[in-house]
Amino acid sequence: MSALPSPPVAAEQANVGSRPLFLLRILLPVIVLAAGIAAWEFVVRLNDIPPYVLPAPSVVFQTLGTDWPVLSGSLLTTLLTTLEGFLAAAVGGIVLALLFNQSKWLEYSLFPYAVILQVTPVIAIAPLLLIYLPQQTAVVACAWIVAFFPVLSNTTLGLNSVDRNLAGLFQLYGASRMQTLRYLKLPAALPYILGGLRIAGGLSLIGAVVAEIAAGSAGAGSGLAYRIAESGYRLNIPRMFAALLLLSAAGIVIYALLALTSHLVLRRWHESALGKDN
Amino acid sequence: MAESAALSDPGAPRAGLAVSLRGVTKIYDNGVAALGPLDLDVAKGEFVSLLGPSGCGKSTALRLIAGLSAPTSGSVGVARSAGADGARHSIGFVFQEPTLMPWASVRENVRLPLKLSHAPPEEAAVRVSAALTQVGLADFAGAFPRELSGGMKMRVSLARALVTDPDILLMDEPFAALDEITRFRLNNDLLALWRSLRKTVIFVTHSVFESVYLSQRVIVMSARPGRIGAEFHIDAPEPRAEEFRTSADYAGYCRKVSSALAPSYQGQSV
Repeated sequence: MSALPSPPVAAEQANVGSRPLFLLRILLPVIVLAAGIAAWEFVVRLNDIPPYVLPAPSVVFQTLGTDWPVLSGSLLTTLLTTLEGFLAAAVGGIVLALLFNQSKWLEYSLFPYAVILQVTPVIAIAPLLLIYLPQQTAVVACAWIVAFFPVLSNTTLGLNSVDRNLAGLFQLYGASRMQTLRYLKLPAALPYILGGLRIAGGLSLIGAVVAEIAAGSAGAGSGLAYRIAESGYRLNIPRMFAALLLLSAAGIVIYALLALTSHLVLRRWHESALGKDN
Repeated sequence: MAESAALSDPGAPRAGLAVSLRGVTKIYDNGVAALGPLDLDVAKGEFVSLLGPSGCGKSTALRLIAGLSAPTSGSVGVARSAGADGARHSIGFVFQEPTLMPWASVRENVRLPLKLSHAPPEEAAVRVSAALTQVGLADFAGAFPRELSGGMKMRVSLARALVTDPDILLMDEPFAALDEITRFRLNNDLLALWRSLRKTVIFVTHSVFESVYLSQRVIVMSARPGRIGAEFHIDAPEPRAEEFRTSADYAGYCRKVSSALAPSYQGQSV
């Protein structure tokens, strides 16, 4: 190693340099967050702002603790809706893309409507869905509508970006449609599908929240978004903040889980999951 | 003479021939006449190079023989061996790029043709390791393509073409993207394989030196549309090795082939 002077030195520097960089990337946002919270706390205390106008962070955290029984139940409800919407979007998007890939007729007939469903704001569709569907189904449907399109379009893109020579090779060896799909198209599309799912995870949370807000107090709604709306009516601002905090945390966890899954699945072969040195 | 060409095949060539093209032309949808008319016979066990400038239709000819595209007119006859079913496949194709599946290990990549023809797994495993041994990659079966060098990837591609024990090996500028040292080594390895397996090889290249070194017959093609310009039999003693590369014979053949190639790139604006 040390026989060659220049490259190892450079490599070592890169190694030494990358570790603090990694720490910095975690440390810097944390410092910003801490500074922001401190400033917020400071401003509230200094000006004696009442909690129904702007609660101090300490009050928000306190509320998170005292209201945990209510909030945790709501969190669970929202997460469940998100999960159902996400699964429906994943299955629906991938299956639809596979069907489109097998039949151009089907693609030409249906793809425009998938686009229309995507570009129409879900907040405008939600009230209609709530009229025609049972509430829980309507909420899941909203999550599905927002989340399925990125899965559909990414999977379609992936299935269409198969290496031409590899496709020729499959043709040469007389591969059936199913074999081409299973051994060539699906693996080739996998990075794209995972990218689509990563977007869909966050979007299904948004869809669920939008639908809960639209459902409002119309009965059994008890998700986090419903809690936010309800607390708003009651001027329980600290609880609004606490619920919001939980929603952001849920979004971050969902994204992190999907990113991790993607990394673990692709790490052996795909560029996106490889380190720069490889 | 052991004749295994299935006579029932309408496109089957005469006895003793592996491939036979008669009046083959190829005109692409955009109106470009890529090939022909082309007549070409390749005997069983022969090593033939198609040599020409880029765009002379040599790759097109190879794709037609492989059945990857259909001729606009004329007939393409390929001898199907009697046992060409199950794990056997009569044609092996090596592309210009390694064309490996990046998500699969070397072993899985080589196994692919057998998997597609539903070969029994035990037999497939034996054949895969035999093919990997033939190209000297037995120790890399578990590696992923991105972990291999360019030359090694090409070897995997070669192993995959050999794994079905084809009668005909079609190679489309397989070593064009490699550095010269790797290329010479692979040339020697390919010759050694050909000597031991005696497959019919049709080798497309744009290198005069490579074509003369490897083949028994060099076919020089002219461009637009691709036709046969000249034909050379390379009667160098077997087995060829590095000393042939530096011999006067070799230089003489290269000079002759080069001068035959000259008209096809004169008048070209490239």
